[in-house]
Order: sequence, then structure tokens, then C-alpha cells
Amino acid sequence: MNVEILARIQFAFTIAFHYIYPPLSIGLGLILVIMEGLYLKTGNKIFEQAARFWIRIFALIFGIGVATGIIMEFEFGTNWATYSKYVGDIFGSALAAEGIFAFALESGFLGILIFGWNRVSSRVHFISTILVFLGSLFSAVWIVVANSWQQTPAGFHIVGQGMNARAEITDFWAMVFNPSSVDRLLHVWVAAILAGAFMVLSVNAWYILKNKHLEIAKPSFKIALVVATLFSLSQLLTGDSSAKGVAINQPAKLAAIEGHYDSSSKADMFLLGYVDTKKENTKGISIPGGLSFLLYGSFSAPVKGLNAFKPDERPPQVNAVFQFYHIMIVCGVLMILLSLFACYLWWKKKLFTKKWLLVAFIWSVLLPQIANQAGWFTAEMGRQPWVVYGLLKTSDALSKSVTANQIIFSLILFTVVYIVLFILFLFLLNGKIKHGPIDYGVKESIEEGSKRDNPLMSH
Amino acid sequence: MNIDYNVWWYLVFGAVISGYAILDGFDLGAGALHLFLKKEQSRRIAINAIAPLWDGNEVWLVIGGGALFAGFPVAYAAIFSAFYIPFMIFLVGLIFRGVAIEFRSKETMLWWRKTWDIVYCVACIIIALSLGLMLGNVVQGLPLNTEKEFAGSWSYFFNPFAIQVSITTLALFMMHGAIYLTMKTENRLYAKLHLLANNFTIFFVVSFVITTLYTLLYIPHLSDFFKGNPGFFVIPLLMTLTIANIPRQIKRGKYRYAFLSSATTIALLLIMVALEVFPYLLYSPQYPENSITVYNASSSSKTMKILLIIALIGTPLVGIYTSFVFWTFKGKVKLDEMSY
Repeated sequence: MNVEILARIQFAFTIAFHYIYPPLSIGLGLILVIMEGLYLKTGNKIFEQAARFWIRIFALIFGIGVATGIIMEFEFGTNWATYSKYVGDIFGSALAAEGIFAFALESGFLGILIFGWNRVSSRVHFISTILVFLGSLFSAVWIVVANSWQQTPAGFHIVGQGMNARAEITDFWAMVFNPSSVDRLLHVWVAAILAGAFMVLSVNAWYILKNKHLEIAKPSFKIALVVATLFSLSQLLTGDSSAKGVAINQPAKLAAIEGHYDSSSKADMFLLGYVDTKKENTKGISIPGGLSFLLYGSFSAPVKGLNAFKPDERPPQVNAVFQFYHIMIVCGVLMILLSLFACYLWWKKKLFTKKWLLVAFIWSVLLPQIANQAGWFTAEMGRQPWVVYGLLKTSDALSKSVTANQIIFSLILFTVVYIVLFILFLFLLNGKIKHGPIDYGVKESIEEGSKRDNPLMSH
Repeated sequence: MNIDYNVWWYLVFGAVISGYAILDGFDLGAGALHLFLKKEQSRRIAINAIAPLWDGNEVWLVIGGGALFAGFPVAYAAIFSAFYIPFMIFLVGLIFRGVAIEFRSKETMLWWRKTWDIVYCVACIIIALSLGLMLGNVVQGLPLNTEKEFAGSWSYFFNPFAIQVSITTLALFMMHGAIYLTMKTENRLYAKLHLLANNFTIFFVVSFVITTLYTLLYIPHLSDFFKGNPGFFVIPLLMTLTIANIPRQIKRGKYRYAFLSSATTIALLLIMVALEVFPYLLYSPQYPENSITVYNASSSSKTMKILLIIALIGTPLVGIYTSFVFWTFKGKVKLDEMSY
């Protein structure tokens, strides 16, 4: 295998593994803010107990997120030296801003979150939780801004030629608010919150099913259900506006997403399908003209197809882009259906009565994870063959001094390390969940707390 | 010296790296001496002395990486693609250091804790050694081609000077970490760390003297700056005084002063390095015209300006909340139910 493929596999592998954790941190961060806020407001120890439990899990997730995230920052330099030189002027300021504004906030206050219960007041602890949550949101801002600049470059000019060409900033704010960054940021934020919400749903559904820790599990489940419902529905809006943005800014990616080749014709929207890249057509179950309608409000509007692009400027793996995109959509729809149905049962006062639904919620933790990964694979593979859309090809972005053997060495190293980490993560997570949300230092007994009026306790 | 954007950013980068070395230095040092502590209780206290802080300290590395990428992208690209293998090992070390702290406390089985103690200690030693190895090679210079990329093989990194710097870095961190732990402990553990702090100070002074002699004898060009600017001799002089002050304060039992002295020593050491190598970020001894400097590696002046604004707004903020967190966890370690 050549250096390019190996470097791409390495990047995809390390970033995909890393990306299991940051969305969970963001999503759990919001849930923690809500739990601690409710505790401060109601004085009900249940919420403190729940918060203490989830902070322990948060710490575990955050720890692995940090450890695997540091790799990413330096992998640009190790494997993609030409790319680093090309985008350094632009990308670097976003990364530096992430470190100083976001990551420092998050990591600094995390210590107080975990170890500060007895050292600061509940109010200061609550503020620290908010700051950690804000820090994780800011992190996403700078990372998504940098990535969006690669999708839709703006606010720059090119200096130098050939090997020495590079992009330089002309307008910082145009770079930050490049055409896709706001859409994509909202999409990423909402997806991250869903990851956290469904994790809380999953764990508490398991407790309820096992008839354990009900006094904590039921209110926690309801908090997470509200979050999951609101955000899975709003993901429809951010998804729609992202897709429209892709149609305008990256038409080749959009055509690949729906396997659309012929520019002159209307475009169908597929529910399921398969792209035959040899014959250049797509088969499957589709809404005729659906994509045309979604983008332009008419079922017969022509949509630019892959044939409008030179073969070397199309995404090379159209079918993969198509499938990843549709996997994401399926997961998104399932999240909406699941949370809406649960809300309906809640309204009918039958929320925890259906065993199959609780089982479904236990497994639902995978939905946002799969959707997140599939969404990013769509975005990144759909951008190919470019690393910076329309400007720099991925094949030109590598480190000249790095050999295939070095990458194989580090790839094997990371594969082994990450497999070990993942097994340990699941083992410890499992242990924590089995242990349950008790004995985390809340002195007052649960019964005492739950005697107070608690609207979330009733069905 | 004319201070333009590039020089300012060089200073900012240097300050961030010093911040990292001082802050994560004590975490790494505490980790590197971890196996010298024999009892489970002692090890728990040592871990909890750094557990609330190490994450915030590691941020300085992230900021440093961002600062280099942003301000000197050519140097970022060259340095990290050159140090490919040592840097990957360094990163794996960082991964294991972080997860060992996190994982260790999660189970109570003795074998589990002992395993993570070893992983933790070895990871910290590897991090310190590989950092030192890379620093030594950057200071000494690397063969670079006309594309300003590394033109050598990885065996090049293991030269006597770099190995010497590597060991000195480990010694420095172990001294720094031991002093930090003495501030955080009591009774018998405190007495033990007092002894360790003394021993590691000797370890550091010996390695430092050997490195200095080696530099003066075999890499004379590194002292050119001080020969040309004798006024700056005040820096090595000051450093000698701060180093001498460390055992003195340890003897008096004033660990806070000893800690301040070792922190100052780290800062002064890096200032000396910065002055010696300036304006080079990566020197190419065979073909000096291929060297990477703060001028030929830098981003546009517009980006430099934006970066300085970001640093001006960000640094006080980071300073405020870092101080707040440190203040929250001041004093001796007391284990409670939320401890690791």
C-alpha cells in the first residue's frame, strides 16, 4: 500500500476512535448542567446523586477523549506536512484558539468537577460544570470552523506556487464564518448532545428494566428524554440546511450523497440503494424527484450530477459516500421515532410499562454514535479527492520525509493501543454502570430526598 | 534586537513551552518516581496530589502545538514529520499516562492497581526521555533538505548529546515532581519524599553538569550567543544560583521555595536554550541555508497579529482559572470518597 492510503487509513482510524468520546462529553455536559441546576433549584439529593454518578462516567470519557485527541493535533504535522504548511496560516489560529479558549477551560475546571465536591460550594461546583460544558462547546466551534474551511474555503488568498503554495488569511471573520461553518457547527453540536442524551437514556433504561435504583433512574431518564426529543427533532432543521449548503458549495459531494450522475435530469431521493460506479447509475427505493424538491421546492428541478465534474475531481468512492449518508439518516429517523413514541407514552402515563421499548432504549446508545461516524465519513469522503476543497488534493498533502514503513509502524501501534483502550473503557464503564449511582459521597439518604415533592418521579 | 511579530510569537511559543515544562514537569516527575513509593496508601496520595491538575497542565502542550502550527507552520511540519517515531512513542506515553491515572482507581484488586502503577510510571519516564531526546536534537540541529524536510534516518536521533539532554530532562522532572509531592504530603511519606527530593537534586545536578561540559567541548557554536552578548551571562549565573537554592530550601524544609526555585530553573534553562538557538527553530548544521528560522517558517503578518490578539485575550483568562483551580486544591492531600 502506498503512503497516501496508509496515511488516510491512519487518520480515519485515529479520528474515528477519538470521535467516540468528545460528543459524549458535550452531551453529558449538558445533562450534568441540567441535573446540577435542578439540584440547586429543588434541593433534591436525587439530582446530586445522579450528577455525581455521571461525573464519574464523564471523567472516564473525558480522559480517553483527551488522550486520543492530543494525537490528532500532531498527526497533521507527522503525516500531512505539506497540508500543514499549506493551511497553517489559517488552520493554526483556529487550533491555537481552541487550545487557549476552550480546552484550557474544560480541562481546568474538570478537576473541580471530579474532586471539588467537598472543597467548593454547590453553587461554585455548578458554575464549574457550566464552564466545562461551555469549554466543550467552544472546542467544537474551532474544530468545526477549521474543518469547514477545508470544505468551503473563504477569507484567504494563495501565496507562492507549486510546492511552496499556501493559503494566507485575508479576513479572519470571513474565514471563521465561511459558508458552511454555522450549518455544520449546529449539526455537530446537536449530534453531540444526542450522543450524551441517548447514553443517559440507555443506562437508565437498563436500571428500570432490572428494577434497580428506580428513584434515580426514572427522573434521569425523563431529563434525558426531553433533551433527546428536542434535539433529535431540531437535527432535522440543521440537517436540512446543511444539505442545502452542500448543494450550493460542494455540488460534487451532494451528487455523490444521492448517487446522482445525470446533470440535466431531476434528482431522486433514495431511502435505500446501491450506486453502481461502473455503469454510473443508482438503484434502490426512492422518491422520484425528492432531492430536487428538497433543495429547490420542485420535483422536476435539475440537480447538478457527477457527470458535470471531471473524473479526477469526483469523490472516488461514490457508493461509500452514498451508504454512509443513508446510514446517518436512518439512525436520525430512528432517534426521532423512538423519542417521540416514548414522549407519547409519557403523556399517556405509561412510559415505563413497555418492556420492548426499554430494551430498544438500552441499544439506542449506538444510534447517535453510528450517525456521528457515518456523518463524518460522508463529509470527509465526499470532499475527496480534495483535502482543501478545490485547492489542494489529498495526494499532494503528505509528508515527503515519511515512509510507508513508519506509518505502518505507528498504525499498528495505535491499533493495538486503541483496542486495549476500548476494551478497558467498556470494562470500566460496565463496572460503573453495574455499581450504580450510589455511594458517591452523598451523606443524606436517598429516601429522605425522594420524600420531597418531585414532579419527575411520578409516571 | 528588533522585536517584530515573529520574535514576539517566538517568545509566546517559548513561554507556553516553559509553562508546559514547569506544570506538566511536576506531574511527570511525580509519575516517574511513582514506583519508589511502596505502599498502596502512599501511591494513592501521590496520584491524588496531581489528579485534579494534570489535565489542565497538559493543555499547555496542546496550546504549544497550536502555537507552533499557527505561527510557524513550516517548523511544525518539519519537526513533527522528522521526529515521527520518537513523537509517536511520546504520544503513546501521554495516552497511557492519562488513562493510567483514570483507570487505576476504578478497581480495587491489587494486581489491577499494581499493573497501572507500572504503566503510569513507565509512561511518565518515556514521556520525559522522549521529550528530552527531541529537545536535544532540536538544539543541536538536524539534517534538512532544500524542501526543509528531514533528510536522515531515525537512528540519527540517538546521538550522545541528545541522550544526555534526555537524561537531564528526566532528572529535572523527577526533582521537580519530588519537591511538589513533599508540599502535598505529611508524616512518613513526607519524610520519604524529602529523601527522594534530595537524591533527585543530586541526580539532576550531575547530569546537568555533564551536559553543560559536553556542550562547551563538542558543540561550541551553541555558546556563541553568550560569547557575543556577555551581558546575558547573568542568565546562566542566575540559574546557578537558583539550582544552588534548591537543596538549601529542601534542607530548611521550605518546599514552596524549593518548588519555586526548581520552576525558575526550568524557565531559565529554556530561556537559555531559546537564546542559543535563536533565530533558528530547527538548525541544519550541514547545510545552514536549509535551516528553519522564525522568519522563513512563519505565517503571514496578518495571522501573527491575530495570534497575538488571541494570546493577549486568552493568557490572562487561562491564568485566572488556572490559579483558581490550583488555589482550590492547595494544601496537603486528604483522601476522601471522591478521591482516586
